[in-house]
This record gives sequence, structure tokens and C-alpha cells, in this order.
Amino acid sequence: MSRFNGDACAGGPTSVGGLRPSWIRPLLPWLGASVFLGLFFFYPLARILWLGLNPSALITLNLDSLLLAVHSLGFTFYQAALSTLLTLVIGLPAAVLFARNDFRGKSFLRVLTAIPFMLPTVVVAAGFNALLGPNGWVNLGLMDLFHLSSAPISMVGSLGVILLAHVFYNTTIVIRLVGNALSHLDPRLEQAARTLGANPQRVLGLLTLPLVRPSILAASVLVFIFDFTSFGVILLLGGPGFSTLEVEIYKQAVQIFNLPLAGLLSLIQLLCTLAFSILYSRIVIRNVVTSAPRPAESNLHKVRSVRQKLFLAGMLVVLMGLFLLPLVSLPLASVTRLQADLGVRGPVQYGLTINYYTELFINRSTSIFYVPPFKAIGNSLGYALLTVVLSLALGFPVASALARPGRLGRLLDPLLMLPLGASAVTLGLGFIITFNRPPLAFVTSPLLVPLAHTLIAMPFVVRSLQPSLASIPDRLRQAAASLGASSQRVWFAVDWPIVARATLSAAVFAFTISLGEFGASSLVVRPEYPTLPIAIARFLSQPGGLNYGQAMAMATILMVVCGLGILLIERLRLPGAGEF
Amino acid sequence: MLELVDIHKGYEGKPLLNGVSARVAAGETVCLLGPSGSGKSTLLRIIAGLETPEQGRVCWDGVDLAPIPVHRRSFGLVFQDYALFPHMDVARNVAFGLKMQKLAGAEIDLRVADALAMVNLSDFGSRRITDLSGGEQQRVALARALAPHPRLLMLDEPLGALDRNLRAQLMSELRRILHASGVPAIYVTHDQEEAFTLADRVLLLHDGKIVLSGKPERVWSDPGSVWAAQFLDAGNVVEGTIISIKPPYRVETPVGIFELGRDVVPVPVRDEVVPSPGKVGQAHSKGEKVNVLISRRGVLQGAQGNVSGVVVDVIFRQDGFKVTLANGLDFYLPDAPKVGEKINLIIPQAAIKCLS
Amino acid sequence: MKRYLLLFFLLAATLFSACSPAGPVTLTVMTHDSFAASQSVISAFEQANNVKLVFLKSGDAGVALNKAILSKDAPLADVFYGVDNTFLSRAITAGIYEPYASPLLAKISVQYQLDISDQALPVDYGDICINYDKAYFLTHKLPIPVSLEDLLNPEYKNLLVVENPATSSPGLGFLLATIKHFGPDGYLKYWSSLRVNGVVVVDDWNSAYYNNFTGSSGHGSQPLVVSYSSSPAAEVVYAASPLTTAPTASILGPDTCFRQVEFVGILKGTRHLDLAQKFVDFMLGQQFQEDMPLQMFMYPVNPDASLPSEYIQYAQTAPQPATLDPSVIAANRDQWIADWTAAVLH
Repeated sequence: MSRFNGDACAGGPTSVGGLRPSWIRPLLPWLGASVFLGLFFFYPLARILWLGLNPSALITLNLDSLLLAVHSLGFTFYQAALSTLLTLVIGLPAAVLFARNDFRGKSFLRVLTAIPFMLPTVVVAAGFNALLGPNGWVNLGLMDLFHLSSAPISMVGSLGVILLAHVFYNTTIVIRLVGNALSHLDPRLEQAARTLGANPQRVLGLLTLPLVRPSILAASVLVFIFDFTSFGVILLLGGPGFSTLEVEIYKQAVQIFNLPLAGLLSLIQLLCTLAFSILYSRIVIRNVVTSAPRPAESNLHKVRSVRQKLFLAGMLVVLMGLFLLPLVSLPLASVTRLQADLGVRGPVQYGLTINYYTELFINRSTSIFYVPPFKAIGNSLGYALLTVVLSLALGFPVASALARPGRLGRLLDPLLMLPLGASAVTLGLGFIITFNRPPLAFVTSPLLVPLAHTLIAMPFVVRSLQPSLASIPDRLRQAAASLGASSQRVWFAVDWPIVARATLSAAVFAFTISLGEFGASSLVVRPEYPTLPIAIARFLSQPGGLNYGQAMAMATILMVVCGLGILLIERLRLPGAGEF
Repeated sequence: MLELVDIHKGYEGKPLLNGVSARVAAGETVCLLGPSGSGKSTLLRIIAGLETPEQGRVCWDGVDLAPIPVHRRSFGLVFQDYALFPHMDVARNVAFGLKMQKLAGAEIDLRVADALAMVNLSDFGSRRITDLSGGEQQRVALARALAPHPRLLMLDEPLGALDRNLRAQLMSELRRILHASGVPAIYVTHDQEEAFTLADRVLLLHDGKIVLSGKPERVWSDPGSVWAAQFLDAGNVVEGTIISIKPPYRVETPVGIFELGRDVVPVPVRDEVVPSPGKVGQAHSKGEKVNVLISRRGVLQGAQGNVSGVVVDVIFRQDGFKVTLANGLDFYLPDAPKVGEKINLIIPQAAIKCLS
Repeated sequence: MKRYLLLFFLLAATLFSACSPAGPVTLTVMTHDSFAASQSVISAFEQANNVKLVFLKSGDAGVALNKAILSKDAPLADVFYGVDNTFLSRAITAGIYEPYASPLLAKISVQYQLDISDQALPVDYGDICINYDKAYFLTHKLPIPVSLEDLLNPEYKNLLVVENPATSSPGLGFLLATIKHFGPDGYLKYWSSLRVNGVVVVDDWNSAYYNNFTGSSGHGSQPLVVSYSSSPAAEVVYAASPLTTAPTASILGPDTCFRQVEFVGILKGTRHLDLAQKFVDFMLGQQFQEDMPLQMFMYPVNPDASLPSEYIQYAQTAPQPATLDPSVIAANRDQWIADWTAAVLH
């Protein structure tokens, strides 16, 4: 008996597919991340803002406080703008260099410029200290060379070193974003321009740069956001004289305990970051590469003319100097004894030593921790693994949803970036005051650390998965479905192979971010379970050769692990995919 | 006048261009015809200066262009995918070359208007590139290349991305524009219809060399080599044996015995770039194997003829029927015979050529 | 999509179910970063009371106190040590302590019992003074400054390092000393002049003493540092070869030193009240008080505790330390620090 008879076909209503109403479906992928963000970000933030900004607290604000707020805001903008400018000055030529030329050691240099981004501020501060500080290599070298009695260069504690550290951190963003756009430019456009009579300079100015302008803008905004919210660099390298918004929030909340002012400053910072982040989203979404992405390699050529060779040589000197020197100073300082141990007044045995590494396994009774420092490494690894699992579980659905930009995506996207901009201090304090009462009484739980890390890692995970998920053309899925595959099978057969690499890359991303996170951790971590950056900061804050050396040793270990992580990410990157 | 002398260029270690020599005279449109991957685009890029040859020279009016960079050669180039500047509108695209020549603003506007008029896009000046259709983009690309009055225009498969009707329409427009502007042009394509429509002269590129050069009708009717005949699909290629070297020359083939005309010359030669194997009967001996090209058209059906066979397939073509015989030959006939019918065909002497 | 939800809820469940491990009774003591005690003394208490002591080092005194105040509804520890007389009123007003009238209080001098409600009990005291490096002054043939005003002399340009009062209690102590001496209306002028004379500001005592001070193992560039009057004794104790005189000494002029007292208190809401009380008694008791001078370099409040010989020989106490009423400090500290920051750092 045939099921398909004419009556059934001609008459009767046609059923609408699906059990759920159509407006729930787009919301589902955002559910996990929204609950997480709501509970662990927005709620604590609201609590602390209320604590600071309720009417009775607001009355205590006076003219001095407002002046201080304006002063902080002004300085924050100033140093961020200056840093961004300098970063572009170094980063744009470097982007051109990487996108256009092929030379020996290129991938090494690429990784080198990317490492700082992943390093915690403590490590960077230690590195610059080891290079430029009063006991640093440069000063020691100069003192030795010219027989000086005191350190000639006092960069640490000046605005210059802050700017330098910012450039060190963020150049890779410019190189990646602009370099990516450059290498995906259709080379035929430039060739057409040349046949029309444009010399190389005019091609650059009239064609290349305008065409990559969206990426330059995006990179600038991103770098500006990072410089705007910079905390560790200002605090550790700038010393007590410099105070940006975030540093001021820290001081007001943690030292002076003026919560209303801290709350006000947090609010200002949040609004600024939200504004920038919306700007960034707009630029990115509006300028998704529409032309057929050409393989990046077709744009590369070896250097030929003298001018090109000079450019290459100059850039190599600058980049190596800026990136290699601080990174090399660190491990060198970890194996060299240059100053006396704390309180030890005997003659110093200058020279190479692995003492600082072996000390990591010993827990002296006078130590500031009650665990051997080496345990910090284990703690960090554990936290990092947890962060990876959490951020992937929450971020993956969000990335899938964002892969097809819709109205919901455009609305929620900037909110995703928000945890990056909120003051880590505010977050930490918010955690402490929110989760100290049942049913949410786990303020003393060490699990707060990976939760904080996940908040920070998730935007990066989403950003790194998104382009890969977006690159899967629907046609592939449709073809598979028409061949009889269920939606699960379609996913495994079509999506997963393309996405697997990006997922691994995102996982490594989250891992390295968690390993290196300092700001939020410093407020939320329990002393018995220190993370590696916390341990480094603690040892750095205790002068004396042994403490400094151990800090250097741990910082070197952290640097190596992060470097490996970045190498892995580089290898796994889909050619051309991923924003950074 | 452009002259290419013995251009050699490899690609990924393998040879691509193996000694290409050619000339393009003033006002001439030359079509470079060849299969995909034969190096046509590379040759254009070498002429433009975007690539350097491993061996050989590119000369203009006798001057070697090697030291002259791309932006000073004044050679226009139209790409297959147009390569229009996406961040500029139509007028500014077309004006780009003029801007590079540092002309005055008013002069530029005038020239842009002229160029757009020439390609029938007069009102399109303020349109954005992304709003244009394929055909419109191609015409803008052409206008842009012509506006600065280049000494030479090169077109790299410009109609490749368009559909059939548009292609036909643009072909005739291109023909008109190229003749109107008088600029010498090199047109690169793998499509012989385009080549024959537009060219004053056709160059056939094979194995990195120019193997055939001449007017379209000569090239078509007398391809000269088996490869060329097959690439152009100029007719039926049959292997045969020479049975008489005294006039009338006669060749015996599996499908019949053919008499060749007295004036049959294996390959028409021009530019001395292609070897001339010599006339039939002079260098050949009796019993030697040769290849014969039998044209598909101009044959008559009759009661008896020099070729006969059983019809195995009849396909309708817009201007006739393509009839395939059991012996593998096909011909175009005005009327359709029935499949299975045995027919006789009279092949005139003019329809038979010798191939090297 | 469903699998993500499931995964998320699984994870959330694991997280929420994470609770503190069961085991032997643990007493948590929250301290500032400078807390130190001999392992033997700690072990003695642990064994005597069958308890495990966990010390939560929580930053400098102000930071630790703030953390305690913020978490007072679910305290992070059972006992809090580290509040000093400059922060005392903030701690009391916040109500973080459980009062405990330890029997040992009877022995302690009234001058240290600044909290009459017995919520915060004194443990140790010290004098925050400027230390100078004798060898430096000898080599450079400089007279030793004897008063706060002397520090303005151009011959001492760039030679003084102080700590930021917002981040360091010795720094705050020194600031309060200048306020006591010059008055709330005159101290800013003094500091502006100090700034002109090249005073170096660092964030904490460790950096100042071990990085900047010429007289310590760090061999820095400043021979004058804000430190403790007991630091010279520490230099003798830790000398590589035996010394007969201290290499450094303190400036003991009028109001050049500030008296600091440190307190301990039981945090309200502790679940181990009697153990906490025992610990407080332990801190006030002789064993701990005698161990403390060579660990934390502060003086014991318990008069029964004997001082190490190095102290008697090389440490000095100020005859006229500057003192300010804790309530005055409480009322004005934040404003003073803010004004100082504007005058000296910005």
C-alpha cells in the first residue's frame, strides 16, 4: 500500500519543521557562555560597582577625587596613544617585510615577535629589568667599558621604558593583522598599477596602504585597547610615579581602600573599553575579506635590489634588538650570579651557575611560600588545563554562532571582548565580595583562578575559532546532507576535519594565556596554590641575588613553555585563517 | 614595434618558454593562442616587465627593455579578472594611469570621459566597482588600460570569465575598439574563436615555441602540423602513404586515395620563425608516411566519391549536421542522412592538406 | 548543541562541588608579607595543640587588611596578624575582629594597648627611622644629618630613598613623622623641597633596603634609607665575618622616628575560636616573643622576653619617637597620602 497517495499530498496542512520556536534556536549556542559571563563577570562587576557607587558612597567623592580621575584618564590616553603610534612605526614596516619578502630565519623572527604577547607582564618586566635595570646587562656593560661608578642609564622608572615595553608586547598584533591583509592582496592589483605607470612608492601609498587600511585601523584599535588597559607594565616598570586608570583603580581599591573612587574609575574604564571594542567589531565585521583569498606565498619574493637589502637589514637590526635582547637577557640572568644574595655580605662568586634552578626544588624555611617554588609550575599547569576545557566548552558554540554574523552576533560580540577590558583588580575584588556567601560561598576555592582565566581566554578562543568555522562553505554541508548524512555525521565528516586544527590552536592559545595571566590571579589566588607568574612576582619583589635568580629561572621556564605553545599555534594555523 | 627575441623562461624548474620569438607591428592585433598552462600569461608578464626572462630580450623599436622598470614601459595590461581597484570608483580607476602621468585635472577628466565613451560606459563614472557586472567591469578595465594611450596593449584572456552571449557581444566590441584606437595589441587566449575574431595575425604557442604564425584563415586552413591541426580541431587527421611523387601527388590512406593539389605547401611560413619542411614531392619519397588533413566542410554528397562510409552518428549543429562515419571521419553536411545509411562523399582537392 | 550544554553543566557541577578537603584541624593565620617565624617554634605549637598552621601571606599590611574587610562575612582565615597603629582604626571600624581579653595582656605595657576593646592585641613594636651607611659618610667626608631639616641640605642631594606611604608601612610611618614635626599645613612644603633635593621613592621596604641602600648586600646608590632602628642589628647578625660595630645606624633626632605597633586579632566568624585564642596567647607568649626579634626584627611587647645580645648592643630606640593619635591618623591618612602623591609623584 503506497503511502504517497494523491489526497495526502494535495490536501492537508504542511507541517513546520522543528519543535522549538524559531527565536530560541539562535540563542542556544550563546547559552553556556552567557550564563558563565553573567555569573562570573557581570554579577561580580555589578556588586562591586554598586559597592562603590551607591548614593551613600558617592557623597564621599569630592573635587580632589574627580581631579584624580581626570588626571588618570588623561595620562592613560596619552601613554596609550603614544604607545600605539610607536607600535605602528615599528609594526607597519615589519608587516610589509613579512608579507612581501622571504628570507632566511623568517619563521624564527615571526615566532620571536609573537612571544612577548603571551608573556606575563612580570616576565616582561623582569626581562627589561635584566636588560636595562640598574643591575642590567646594558648598564653593567657600559660601566665596565667606560669605568663608571654608577649606572649611566636609568630607563626603568621612566615613561620611555613603558612605551618600549608596550611596543615589545603589541607589535605582533600589527604584524599579524596587517601582514595577513597584505599577503592576501591580489598581486594583480599592484601589477596593474605598475603597468599604469606607478612607481613602487606610489603603489604603496595609493594602492596597498589604502587597501589594507581596515586592517591597520583594526590593529591600531586593538593595540590601543591593550595599551589603555595595561597594568603590570605600568606598575612594575614605571614605578610609583606613573598611574593609569587601571593602576589607580588598584591603588584606590587595594591600598587606599577608597571604593567609591575605585568604582567610578572602573566604570569609566569599562565604558571606554566597551566603546573601543564596539569600534573594533564594526571595523572587522564590515571589512571581512571578500576577494578570493590568494595563497599568501604567491606574494613573496626574495630581496633583490640594494634598497630592499638595506631595508631588510635595518628591520632585522631593529626587530632583533627590540625582541631578542630582553628575551635573551632573562635566561642569561637566570644562570649568572651577578649580585649578592639577600643579606649575604661576603664576596660574591660572579659567574655562571645553575644554582637558581636547583633552588626551585628546595623550600627554605625563610621562604615566602610554604611550598617549593616548583609546585607553582604544577599549579599553573593544572589551572591551565582546566581553563582550556572550560573556554573550549563555552567558546566553541559561540564561535559557531558568530561564524554566521547576524544581528544577535553583532550585539553580543563586543560584550564578549569586555572581560579583556575590565580591570583585573575590579574583577578580583568583585569575586571576593560576591562569592563569600552561600549558596555561592567558594571565595576560598582555588577554582576561582581558572574561572578568572577562562573569562580572559574565552574571547581569544572564540576569535581564533571563528574564521575557521566561517570558512566552511555551506555547500559542503549541503552536499553531504544530500548524500544521506545525518546532521551529526555531516558535522564529523565536514566540519570537524576543518575545525580540528583550529580547535587545537585555540586550546593552545587558552593554555598559554592561562599560564601567563597575572593581573586577576594576583587577587584571587590562594597563597598555598600559587601560579607561576605569582611566584615570579613574589620572588622579584624580594631583592637579593638568590630571589632574583629564582625569579629569573622561573621566568625562563615560563618563557620557554609559552614559546613552545606559540610555535604549536603557528604550525596549526590554517593558512590565512585566524585573526591572530 | 615590439620584438621578442628567443625568450626562455622556466617554471618550478621545468622549462616553460623555450625560445619564443615574435614581432608585433604598429596597429596590428596579434593573438597568442595556446592551451592552458602553455606560458601565454607568463609571456605577457615578461613583456610587461613583471617577470624577467632567463634568456632572450624584449625590444621596443630596437631598444632592449631589460633595464626599464614596469612603470616606465607604457604597456597597458588588461587582466582576466579585471584587477580593478576596489577602493576607487570607475572614474578614478580609469584616471589612475593619467594621474601617474601627472596630467592636469581638467585634462584627466576629458580623457576619462573619452575612454568611458569608447567602451560605451559614459555615465558610469561615479559607480562603485562592486556594483558592476562582469561585462561592465571588463570594459572599465579596458578603458583604464587605454586611457593613458599606451604604446602597446596586452590582454590576458579578458573574456574568460564571462558567459557565452556576453562574450560574443564583447568580442565584437573589442574588435571595434582595438581598430578604432590603433594601438598595437597582443591578445592572449586559449579560445580559437576569440583569436580568429580579433586577430590580424595568430600565433600558436606549443611546447614553449611559436609553431604557427599567420592570418587566421591561413592558419585554419593550413595548420601545417598534426598538433596544430588537432589543437585547432581543423579537420580530420589521417595517416597515409605517398604512392606517387610525380604530379598529381597521390596519397593512399585507409579511408581512400587522395590527390593533392599542385600548389599544396605543407605549412605557410611568415616571420621565418617556423621551419618549412618543403613541398610534397621534393623532399619526400615514395612509400613515406605522411599525415593528411581532410577538411570537414565543403564536401558534397554524391552517388560516388573518394570517401564513403556508413553513418554512425548525426548531431545537429546550428549551421548544418555533423555526420560521423564508421571509419572515424566527420563532416558537416547541409542535410542529415539517416544513421546506418551508407553515403558517398566527394572531397575536393582544396579540402586536403598535408601536415608535417 | 546539546552536547555543549551537557558539558557545561557537568563542569559547573564539578566546580560547585569542590570544597575544602577534609583532614586534621587547620588553623589559618592571615598575615602581611613580612611575617616570619622559626620552624621549630611553629612546630612546637602545632604539636602541642594537634593542629596544622597555615599562613596566608596576603600582601603588605594595607592590602591584607582590605582583603580581610572585604571578606568579613566569610572570613578567609581564623586569625589576622599585621594591622599596625596606622591602620588600626580602619580595622576596628570595619568590625572584623572578635574581642579576646587574653590573660597575657596583663603583662603588656599600656602604651602598646591602643585598642581598649581588646579586639586587636599588640604583638610587637618598632621604630621607623632613617638608617645611614657609616662607611659611605666616612669615605665622602659628609657630616651625618641629625634632623629632618638637615635632609634638605644640598650636600645630601639624591642620597635619600623613601618608600611610598600608600604601599609601605615604614613609608607611611616616615610620612606621619614629618606631619607630626611640620604640622599638617607645613609638611607638603617640606616634601616639595625634598623632591627638589632628589629624594628617591620606591614602592616597598625590600626594594629600598636591598636595592637602593648602599649599606646592605645590594650595594645601591643611596646611603640614607627609611628603615627600622633594629636594622643595624640585623646587619651584624647576618654579617659574613664577625663585626664589632654595626655598619649602619639610625638618625635619632626630634621626630625623625615613628613608633609603630603591630597587632593580632581573631577574625569574627572563625570556626575554631578556642584554637585561635590559643594561638593569640602563643603569639603574646615568651617563646614566640623571644624568637621574633631575629625573625621580623621588631621588639617584643612581652617584657618577659629577653632580647638577643645583638639587639642590646647595636639596635637603638628613639628617645623621642613621633607619635600621632590613631584616630587622627584614621581621619586624615587617605587625604594625606593623596596630597603627598600629588606633591611628590605627579
